[in-house]
Amino acid sequence: MASQASYPEELLYHREHDWARIEGDTATFGITWHAQDSLGEVVFFEPPAVGTTVTQDQPYTEVESVKAVSDVIAPLSGEVVEVNEALGKAPEAINDDPYGAGWMVKVRISDPDQAQALLERDAYVALIS
Amino acid sequence: MTRYTAVTDSDREAMLEAIGVASIDELFAEIPPELRLTRPLDIPAGLGEAEVYEHLRSLAARNTSAEEVISFLGAGMYDGYIPAVIDMLLGRSEFLTPYTPYQPEISQGGLQVMFEYQTAICELTGMDVSNASVYEGPSAVASAGYLAKLTNGRPRFLVSRGLHPHARETLRTYSVGFGTSVEEIALRGGVTDAEAWEKALGEDVGAVFLAQPNFLGAVEDIEPLAAAAREHGALVVVSADPLSLGILEPPGSQGVDVCVGEGQTLGNRLDFGGPSFGFFAAREEHLRRMPGRIAGETRDVDGRRGFVLTLQTREQHIRREKATSNICTAQALNALAGVVYLSWLGRRGLPELAELLARRAAYAREALGAIEGVTPLHEQPITREFAVSLGLGDAAGVQRVIARCAGDRIEPGYALGRDYPEYPDGLLVAVSERRSREDIDHLADVLGRAVAAERTANATGGMQA
Amino acid sequence: MSADTVRTIFEQGRPGRRAFEAPPADVPERSIDELIPPRLRRREPARLPEVSEPELVRHYVRLSRRNFDLDSGFYPLGSCTMKHNPRLHERVAALPGHSRLHPLTDHSRAQGALTVMWNLERALAEIAGLPHVSLQPSAGSHGELAGVLLTRAYHADRGEQRRKVLTPDTAHGTNPATVTMAGYEVVKVGTDERGGVDLDDLRAKADSDVACLMLTNPNTLGLFDPNIAQIAAIVHNVGGVLYYDGANLNAVMGISRPGDMGFDIVHFNLHKSFTQPHGGGGPGSGPIAVSDAIEPYLPRPVLTRHGGSEGNGSAVEFELDYDRPKSIGRLRGFQGNYGCFVRSYAYICSLGAAGLRDVSETAVLNANYLLARLRALGVTELLPPAYERICMHEFVLSGAPMKQQLGIRTLDLAKRMLDFGYHPPTVYFPLLVEEALLIEPTETETRETLDEFAAAVAAILTEAREDPEIARGAPYDTPVRRLDEAAAAKNPVLRQAL
Repeated sequence: MASQASYPEELLYHREHDWARIEGDTATFGITWHAQDSLGEVVFFEPPAVGTTVTQDQPYTEVESVKAVSDVIAPLSGEVVEVNEALGKAPEAINDDPYGAGWMVKVRISDPDQAQALLERDAYVALIS
Repeated sequence: MTRYTAVTDSDREAMLEAIGVASIDELFAEIPPELRLTRPLDIPAGLGEAEVYEHLRSLAARNTSAEEVISFLGAGMYDGYIPAVIDMLLGRSEFLTPYTPYQPEISQGGLQVMFEYQTAICELTGMDVSNASVYEGPSAVASAGYLAKLTNGRPRFLVSRGLHPHARETLRTYSVGFGTSVEEIALRGGVTDAEAWEKALGEDVGAVFLAQPNFLGAVEDIEPLAAAAREHGALVVVSADPLSLGILEPPGSQGVDVCVGEGQTLGNRLDFGGPSFGFFAAREEHLRRMPGRIAGETRDVDGRRGFVLTLQTREQHIRREKATSNICTAQALNALAGVVYLSWLGRRGLPELAELLARRAAYAREALGAIEGVTPLHEQPITREFAVSLGLGDAAGVQRVIARCAGDRIEPGYALGRDYPEYPDGLLVAVSERRSREDIDHLADVLGRAVAAERTANATGGMQA
Repeated sequence: MSADTVRTIFEQGRPGRRAFEAPPADVPERSIDELIPPRLRRREPARLPEVSEPELVRHYVRLSRRNFDLDSGFYPLGSCTMKHNPRLHERVAALPGHSRLHPLTDHSRAQGALTVMWNLERALAEIAGLPHVSLQPSAGSHGELAGVLLTRAYHADRGEQRRKVLTPDTAHGTNPATVTMAGYEVVKVGTDERGGVDLDDLRAKADSDVACLMLTNPNTLGLFDPNIAQIAAIVHNVGGVLYYDGANLNAVMGISRPGDMGFDIVHFNLHKSFTQPHGGGGPGSGPIAVSDAIEPYLPRPVLTRHGGSEGNGSAVEFELDYDRPKSIGRLRGFQGNYGCFVRSYAYICSLGAAGLRDVSETAVLNANYLLARLRALGVTELLPPAYERICMHEFVLSGAPMKQQLGIRTLDLAKRMLDFGYHPPTVYFPLLVEEALLIEPTETETRETLDEFAAAVAAILTEAREDPEIARGAPYDTPVRRLDEAAAAKNPVLRQAL
């Protein structure tokens, strides 16, 4: 378990505790340290299929711990081009390394302007304090 | 204060003072006066234990149970012999009175029982996974329908007319909520009509339902029916008699997705229809959509082997509106009786019992078939139950025959006419291990005379009382 | 049983051992191949245990000793109503006239059973204040499903296809799960700062697309909602049905009736207020009572009575009526959990009207007293009540200050209670309260037990102030200690490997 709260500077954050790393016309999504801490140890994660359309602010899959199920919200709209298959066998990566090995999906974003609705790191940290 | 509460006058005084109110009435001050009952409940005054016992005993005396008559009633619930060890175990405080095992550290007994039960059901059905029980047979069938709906969302269910009438009706009731239609496939020669089955299948069928053996006691040939359904992408659900699975090919080897059934015959009382338990088992791929509690094995912090309720995120208390079902309370005590019964029978005992039942049922079918006018409704292989036509032409005649037999202290079976208008003078006869050859011969004798008397009455055109 | 030798029944015994001896073959020993073709039969027997009777008995008796149970100790589980289970009920339920009665016995030979059912129905109708009862549903959530399907039938009969059901955000999980199974959309209604339904939110959400509001009163916070008449009016004004979840009936029997509050459908949990033993997770029974408007749609069959009151000197006779054209149909096989009816009926016969009222008065007294004792011992400084109001039969505390100040969570407190010989209260429900602890002592506990429990909680907090690690590592004195639930969920092992 990642014991220290961390929120990388270079990411953008969604108020429902998801992050986005934008690189050109693709973005990688995952859930924040705060989200994995609230959930507890993740036991099950099933990504959506490649090719699925995701919509900003809408859930695109779920993440399960022993005692809870949480919707995972898309910070941006787009089409899923890659999913993190490794999480099938080792979902705990979401807890241990939520921004690295715990990445969930890569998406080809459909509308770059949507990033304006997301929060910078400091604004997100202020939100959860 | 009653014999179950303990607040004496001095207790009450001290308690009210500690709370800071002058009377118990004040504790109900939030209830608006117009909603307060201003008269006692219209329920008779309470009685002492001995008086209550007498009252319930006198009511019991007004029932004609299998203790007083030789019963051949079946149709999903059977008068089997329940070993004394089950009465003893179910009466123990530690099994009778605890709650659902949400605190596993102090519930290892109950959780291990669930784990053993799940193992036994998987063995019996040939399935990969089983839950820790559901309410009973027909609602288990409906739950399987919900699993199919969650899996493929298709709008049609196909149901063999051989499925228990209560199961078919329950599936229809639940289907109103699911938004699925339920279509019946007729029987031919006592088993599901394979041609009609094939014709009805399509890409919009979400699940198909069969019984094994079916309601008329016939052993169905599941494999080809299941294969046909799977070819069209439908889930295959079989409702099976667990005792018959002692000698029949388990549905798990026949291409079946979900196997459910009524568990009463495994060590549970008749109890006028309940409580009993339903079992629910499925292929691995359906695990996360299965309803009900499931116990799983794990280790504690000191490395000890232990058991917990697991995969709880399927369930209502966590997933709420997206749960795989709304089940909270199951049938833990009845499932305990089930696994103890299966362990009591054991690996050799279960097939022995099942073979005994099959032989006695075959003998009984022959004996009744020899009665003038009586013919078996089908010649299919049977395991414990069969159906005959009494040759009377209508259902009312069957009721009169049953009444005559009651006079001779025999319950000859269940009249089929109401559930199966196509067999108006049908009778369903079940043979439990408590029915000896002598009992069967006696049935043949009594039923023979009753049928003959009814035919005579018909011939003379008069109505007999 | 030594902790290191946990073996399932499958890991015991030896080939050839048996507890069952088949009756002698008395019919012709025809070959089984002749009777059932080999291709329809098992090739291998099911791999069940092979044990003698003594082995069987010892295994399960030892297992039983690894369970905590209500006969042995206090079980203040909120929302579960863990009251004493009288053994008289087991004795009467075991009478062969009740227990060995086949469900398809002709009604003329089952008048005793039908009388039990009728009398139970009348008593439940009187307690609920609603005239028509079905005993068929098998558990509370089954009763809820019945209620929502009845609602659907009611609206459909009026040519309406409503799509939504309202539930408060404090609702038990079975409520929204049931709503989805019945094909409706769940809409949550907020709770106000006094712990009751937020009337403004309800008004905003109650429209003609709402089929039903599912509520319990007192609610899952243990609080009576005094606005219930207004709530009923709001829902009825848009033509909706009001459904009562009877899980908390223990607080109001003989004092207030859901029918009088305006509810149209009520379900009872016989395994709660009517002391059907919990059995480690069932069986239960969830009868429903409904108004005249809902009666036509009741599950079938419906129990009916002939004779007697017709004044023609005919004997009273009961019969199951299947001719119910508007019925929603069956929810299960046969008539319901009759064994539970016998027990609950015996309970009602024992208590009578005054005894039932005593149950509720004492349940509410005990809960308020326990809360007062916890206050007096300073427990509520760290675990304050979520709402500062008189509670009914249960109350909810929040462990948030305790978590902040002592560094132990409600979960840790609960686990440490196991070492003190108590089953903990309900934890983390209702969801509305942070670090919730929902406590329901029930009416069958003595004042001394409540005093001792309060003292134990205070002792655990004192201990935690000194060393929070103790509670975090609890329990210590139980057959197993904390179990790895994450591993059980990630890599499920759900059966014994054979």
